[in-house]
Amino acid sequence: MDKSMGAKIFNALNYTVLTIVGLVTLLPFIYVVIISFADPTEYLTKSLVLIPEKWSLSAYEYIFSTNAFVHAMGVSGFLAVFGTLVSLIVTSALAYVLSRKRLKGKKFFLVAILMTMLFNPGMIPNYLLVDSLGLMDSIWALILPALTSAWYVFLMKNFYQEIPDELEEAAKMDGCSDIGVFFRIMLPISVSALAAFGLFYAVAYWNTYFSGVLYINRDSLRPLQVLLQMLLISASQMADPSMAAMLESERTVPPQVIKMAAVVLSSLPIVMVYPFLQKYFVKGMMVGSVKG
Amino acid sequence: MTLSHSQLERLQEALPAGRSEGAHPKKSWVQEWQVALKRDKYLYVMAAPGLLFFLIFKYVPLWGLLLAFQNFSPYLGFWDSEWVGFKYFAEFFDNPDFMLLFRNTMAISLLNIVFFFPIPIVVALLLNEVRKLAFKKFIQTVIYLPHFLSWVIIVGICFLILGEGSGVVNQLIVEFGGQKIQFLTEPNLFWAMLTAQSIWKEAGWGTIIFLAALAGINSELYEAAQIDGATRWQQMRNVTIPGIKSTIIVLLILRLGQVMDVGFEQIYLMASGPVAQVADVFDTYVYRVGIQQGRFSYATVAGLFKSVVGLILVVSANRLAKKFGEEGLY
Repeated sequence: MDKSMGAKIFNALNYTVLTIVGLVTLLPFIYVVIISFADPTEYLTKSLVLIPEKWSLSAYEYIFSTNAFVHAMGVSGFLAVFGTLVSLIVTSALAYVLSRKRLKGKKFFLVAILMTMLFNPGMIPNYLLVDSLGLMDSIWALILPALTSAWYVFLMKNFYQEIPDELEEAAKMDGCSDIGVFFRIMLPISVSALAAFGLFYAVAYWNTYFSGVLYINRDSLRPLQVLLQMLLISASQMADPSMAAMLESERTVPPQVIKMAAVVLSSLPIVMVYPFLQKYFVKGMMVGSVKG
Repeated sequence: MTLSHSQLERLQEALPAGRSEGAHPKKSWVQEWQVALKRDKYLYVMAAPGLLFFLIFKYVPLWGLLLAFQNFSPYLGFWDSEWVGFKYFAEFFDNPDFMLLFRNTMAISLLNIVFFFPIPIVVALLLNEVRKLAFKKFIQTVIYLPHFLSWVIIVGICFLILGEGSGVVNQLIVEFGGQKIQFLTEPNLFWAMLTAQSIWKEAGWGTIIFLAALAGINSELYEAAQIDGATRWQQMRNVTIPGIKSTIIVLLILRLGQVMDVGFEQIYLMASGPVAQVADVFDTYVYRVGIQQGRFSYATVAGLFKSVVGLILVVSANRLAKKFGEEGLY
């Protein structure tokens, strides 16, 4: 049946269209990666470089010779590791508790959390809250306001609900406390969910941008994305003094190539981790989001 | 007269106890809570950090909304600032900025719904017809990826590639004898650029939910259709599309409920001087007027307006989704 003419044409067309979709997604990235390895003199002298004849690591050498970039990577790296850990513990503990049928007040808590998804007080009240908590210019300003999310709590709660109660009862018989059940039984069997949500949190922390703009003025706490924005976007329009200086100094490598190398370095951790976790997050997204 | 806390507690304990001296002694809610707290104390301890988060970071800021009715000054603080009623509301709605913000928000959102929304459905349908699993998985891996990159990186790449001077696209255009296009500073292109970027970043990720819906279609329906001699095309029209119709309708309705949310970071990053007139939306306005110019009360009004309209839209969208027999958001 599948061998009919129509099916063949459809198949060919389908594969072509999807290949084009894939290429359109990927090509800009590939171009940026290639140019980031371009030889500076070649890039400067030729009017158009698609694939460089000579390769060079000078843009990367330049970036690693500056303090600012390495430091900002450290800030975002710390956020991605420490923040994710804290967020996962808080989210999974809350989700697990809310999945217990016997919990008194469960309905009230669930409704209260749900309401927060509907109404957002807005930027100014949030800003003043962070300010009055004394979190300005502290790493906590980048973690606490994003500690957990109502949506993830609900998704994880659905996940824990599907684990049969007998497991908890058996552990209790063996003398486990609630905390013991959670850490010794529930967390180990929910590795796939933890991997999925861990990835989401880690990406969100690594990509922390606007709370960095809002809450951080100290250079030493500047997250990577804020630095990137100065480097890639505002340096080309508004000429931020510190960034302009970073790009001007020495000038042996064209700013364009440095920028591309910066893009590659900042997306590298995500590109490296995510294919391994893909099977988890696809499952994680589907838990509770679509009925069979 | 006010009762002290301990007096209140005693009163609450005493009242139901007096009433329920019958055969079935009924516990008061305080007693019930005492029992529950004792039995499940570890559960409540485990939930506490998460619950505190929602209380502090989601409920306490609601208090800050009162700023909208004050002439708030950070030096005087909340308690000593002067109350001015609806003064800033009047000012905001009278300001010509208001119509501009409204127009830009609507335009960007509607362009997104018209041009962005159908693409994940089409791509999911195409992917669903792919029989070579390795190819399918490869394409999925590629098109999900941009979702995980920050807006700074996406907009940054856009600047690098489409920039007027050194952007490769303009260099190519010149190479082939064309005129340079000012992708980033031309107001007429701005909304299209935003939509294209959103498609590039999120359309692939959007296929996940439709692929899940497609996977949920009963395979016996396909077998039955094949026995009846249906072609692949007929199977798609009569089995596949009806199978995901309700998902499409519900997602569309819920998307309509979020018309006010147009993606703050993206617009903030893309908005530069020449495109300000078409780029300003409620969120960027709140940031500019509130945080940068320090007009907290006025900016709170603008933010509150956006949140209230958003709430109304989401609640009505959810009602509508439920009418279609689906679960909706809640």
